[in-house]
Amino acid sequence: MRHRQVIAVLALVGLFVSLYLWLWKIGLMGALQCGAGGCERVQTSEWAVVFGVPVAFYGVVGYAALLGASLVGLQPRWRERRTPTLVLFGLASVGVAFSAYLTWLEVAVIHAWCRWCVGSAVIITAIWAAALVGLRRRA
Amino acid sequence: MKRFYMILVALAAAGGAVLFLASRDQPVPGAIEGPTPVVASDGFIGYTIGSDSAPVEVVEYSDFECPYCARFATLQMPAVRRQLIETGVVRWRFREFPLPGHPYARYAAHAAHCAGEQGRFWEMHDAVFADHSWAQTGKNPARLFNAMAERSGVDLAAYKSCMESNRFAGRIEASRQEGDARGVSGTPTFFVNGVPYRGNPTSDAFKALADSLARR
Repeated sequence: MRHRQVIAVLALVGLFVSLYLWLWKIGLMGALQCGAGGCERVQTSEWAVVFGVPVAFYGVVGYAALLGASLVGLQPRWRERRTPTLVLFGLASVGVAFSAYLTWLEVAVIHAWCRWCVGSAVIITAIWAAALVGLRRRA
Repeated sequence: MKRFYMILVALAAAGGAVLFLASRDQPVPGAIEGPTPVVASDGFIGYTIGSDSAPVEVVEYSDFECPYCARFATLQMPAVRRQLIETGVVRWRFREFPLPGHPYARYAAHAAHCAGEQGRFWEMHDAVFADHSWAQTGKNPARLFNAMAERSGVDLAAYKSCMESNRFAGRIEASRQEGDARGVSGTPTFFVNGVPYRGNPTSDAFKALADSLARR
């Protein structure tokens, strides 16, 4: 059960990170707090939008789904079931794959690091690891 | 379990507060926000440098507040001018694509147009990108822009009057809409003879492509 709590906390942090980047992208934030400007270079690149939607918004949706699934999994009727863990592992796997692709773009194509994006990649990887632990514990 | 939910709620409240404070870190509306967009075009299709008979035209969609654009303008553009524009191979067309996350992008674009009205667009373009610290601070850059305009050789009174009039807001918005229609989503984005350029935006890469196109 502990792994679902860990995932809920991490997903909430990830949700705020992606929410911040998305709100900045649509012009609702001030200057992007990033330090050396790598975030802007990444966020204003052509790869920051997929199918007309800012990449950060996919993060918002993904982390919200993870948060929702983990909270559902903590409810008494779902606590002993394996389904929430499977859903969390599936969602996290998609997130890790997408994050890996975005990180590769930063390294190999854009040649800039976005600290918030790296933070999000670390968070989703930690979520994936927690889900894997949960999967191996059966519940 | 109760403790867990308390932690979660505290985290949510803290995150919400941080986002709220960050969203309040917006520029003061009015003078520093820049011209209000007007969806209209006067038929203007961008400032150009280079020969009208150049075999290659590069259209650049750029945002004056974008650091990547500044890097391109300061590190690559001098070589592009020397190797391709001054030699008559390339004509370069500059189009504005102010991004929504950049509060002063339209202001800077308008400043360049006001300088352009006095025949100093490229001087102002270079000045705005060369001293790009204004884009990092989030503070009202009006005074810095006045100084840049003076250094660019414009008549300051006429420049200020132009800035107050917002008369080029329509051009800038039309340019942005044109970029939208062409699928521009980030800056800088380039089109070489009408074809989107997906390569690394370096002077060497542009030279290789322009030379190959010019030979056809």
